[in-house]
Amino acid sequence: MSESLLERSSARSSEHEQLLQVQDLKTYFPTPRGLVKAVDGVSFELERGKTLGIVGESGSGKSVLSRSIMRLLPRKTELHGQVMFDGRDLTNMKQAELRDVWGAEIAMVFQDPMTSLNPVMRIGPQITESIRHHLGVNKAEARETAIALLTSVGIPEPIRRLKEYPHQLSGGMRQRVTIAIALACGPRLLIADEPTTALDVTVQAQILDLLKVQQSERFMGMILVTHDLGVVAGRTDDIAVMYAGKIVEQAPTDELFADVKMPYTEALLQSIPRLSNHSHTRLQSIKGRPPDLVNLPKGCRFAARCPYVQDKCLAEEPPLIPITGKPDHLYRCWFPVGTAAGEAALESNRAAGKIDHEIDPAAAGEIIA
Amino acid sequence: MAGIGTAHLRDGSLLRVEHMHVEFPVGGGRKVNAVTDVSIDVMEGETLGLVGESGCGKSTTGRAIMQLPHPTSGKVIFEGRDITSLSTEELRELRPKLQMIFQDPISSLNPRRKVKDIVSEPLSIWGKKLGSSNGPERVRQVMEDVGLDAEQVGDRRPHEFSGGQCQRISIARSLVLDPKLIICDEPVSALDVSVQAQILNLLEDMKTRYGLTLVFIAHDLAVVKNISDRVAVMYLGRVCEVAGADTLYNRPTHPYTAALLASIPEPDPSVKPNAGGLKGELPSPISPPSGCRFRTRCPNAQARCAEEIPVMREIEREHFVACHFPVDAPVAPSESQLLAAQPV
Repeated sequence: MSESLLERSSARSSEHEQLLQVQDLKTYFPTPRGLVKAVDGVSFELERGKTLGIVGESGSGKSVLSRSIMRLLPRKTELHGQVMFDGRDLTNMKQAELRDVWGAEIAMVFQDPMTSLNPVMRIGPQITESIRHHLGVNKAEARETAIALLTSVGIPEPIRRLKEYPHQLSGGMRQRVTIAIALACGPRLLIADEPTTALDVTVQAQILDLLKVQQSERFMGMILVTHDLGVVAGRTDDIAVMYAGKIVEQAPTDELFADVKMPYTEALLQSIPRLSNHSHTRLQSIKGRPPDLVNLPKGCRFAARCPYVQDKCLAEEPPLIPITGKPDHLYRCWFPVGTAAGEAALESNRAAGKIDHEIDPAAAGEIIA
Repeated sequence: MAGIGTAHLRDGSLLRVEHMHVEFPVGGGRKVNAVTDVSIDVMEGETLGLVGESGCGKSTTGRAIMQLPHPTSGKVIFEGRDITSLSTEELRELRPKLQMIFQDPISSLNPRRKVKDIVSEPLSIWGKKLGSSNGPERVRQVMEDVGLDAEQVGDRRPHEFSGGQCQRISIARSLVLDPKLIICDEPVSALDVSVQAQILNLLEDMKTRYGLTLVFIAHDLAVVKNISDRVAVMYLGRVCEVAGADTLYNRPTHPYTAALLASIPEPDPSVKPNAGGLKGELPSPISPPSGCRFRTRCPNAQARCAEEIPVMREIEREHFVACHFPVDAPVAPSESQLLAAQPV
């Protein structure tokens, strides 16, 4: 086992290696109503030491995507496509082989630390369990490692904490423990699925900082799944925006915020209440809701809610294409934001009175005194 | 932080909470000091935002205003009457004027009932006494107002709707009796950001249309700023700072308010995440720190903070803070100074 540790530290030296390559991944759930296409053709790559943010609303498929990479899926799920991790395809691995990958090479941090920890087991064994399984060390060594881990994730009095149960810890402390468990075997890829959604804003900042520090110290690849664009804005290298099972826009973080192309991303950004706005600023909401994943519309999946929508959008699905001259900024739209075609589409919809605001059109965009 | 005092209360308010305490026994003679000496008020037509981390007592404050549970001590004056001393029947008579909207829209609706029955139940309970004649018409009108198609929606059950739709149903139910005051306890925190915007806009519209007064409880500072006229920041059962929404966010003076604002991740990559933020954890409300309850995590804390509970004082017009050593504001005068300044 010390061999594998050696291997891992030597792997650290080679930079810019592709750690994860997801190719046309499709996750379909058969249900009595029909096939739910939760993830429908997603491709992306992640280098070591980089952080990818996956953003979307509930039901956009972001969590299923992260579970599909791990293959933590119900048995009857239809999974198509490729997930290449370190040159191996995770989609056709046997369960026994996957068990050597889970925890040891890819680890996950979940949203609710109370339900992801075992409530009737002390903290100590929950951390040492995977260390002893994957690294084959003895009890005392595992305990030492656990103490070092708890210290590194900022838990005071780690020796006392080892003997405590999850209910004795606060939400933030519990999430630190799950991060310690995830980091225990030195994974190369960390998937954090809404790691701070259940936490307070002050604790959220602490946990996000902790993840960032651990990620750069350990030179891991990290996927940060969240619904909060604020969380990914300052802490990721790239962002993929998901809508109804597909990536609709993907770009380096600064590029995405500076030059939004997809109307959905624009709408999402506009609907966030911002501290810089005056109180009682009318929020731009997105009308309607996401499409039914069983009966997906024929054209663009956002068309029904899109202020830029044209006939073409309802008939043909736009491909995920790069901006000319910026190969790493991909978007999926016929009438992208900020282009002549997009402006013309928006203008024609405005002229036709198709852009409605809910309930009270007079108050739209105005400050109500 | 976490101060006492009533300097920030105004005359002629619709709701006035004075020195309210809520304690829960936890056995062994110990008690959780969920709300300690909280004083707040709301003027008619105003929206008061109550903001703070989990465990700060904001929800308990909201519930204690509704007398669910009764506060341990203190006054809750609604329309000039102290409602803490009302009999059960008198309180029941008052209920139509006080309504509540909860956080989880799905669990706050009975899954077995049809939407039209959920929305009309308050009317069928109160219909006769309030003398409102055309019940079904009223239900239809309220449902249209909150953006639900009464024809299509009425005969369906809550599980057929999304979270946002369910929250609309909850809002319709609370509006049907034409209340004066609605207490909204985290009404948008279970919703997606795009739906959150819809519901916040809806609450603003309904406030205008129905002439409502709102107490809006939330942990999201940006949401609270958006909807509130006045904001009260709470920490560990006490109020720290009260001010108009724009003032509070532009010039936070309580170190806790400042730290809260600094921790919010902004959806803008050019704003680097704040490295400092708040250290440590919320102390136990069973044995809260002496003096100022925020002192254990406060960057400005000094010896005085452990001895003396800060009192609410006005540091600029309509901006009140309970702190001895506020940010960008003068140090609170000490007790001896106050005594000396008093006319003999």
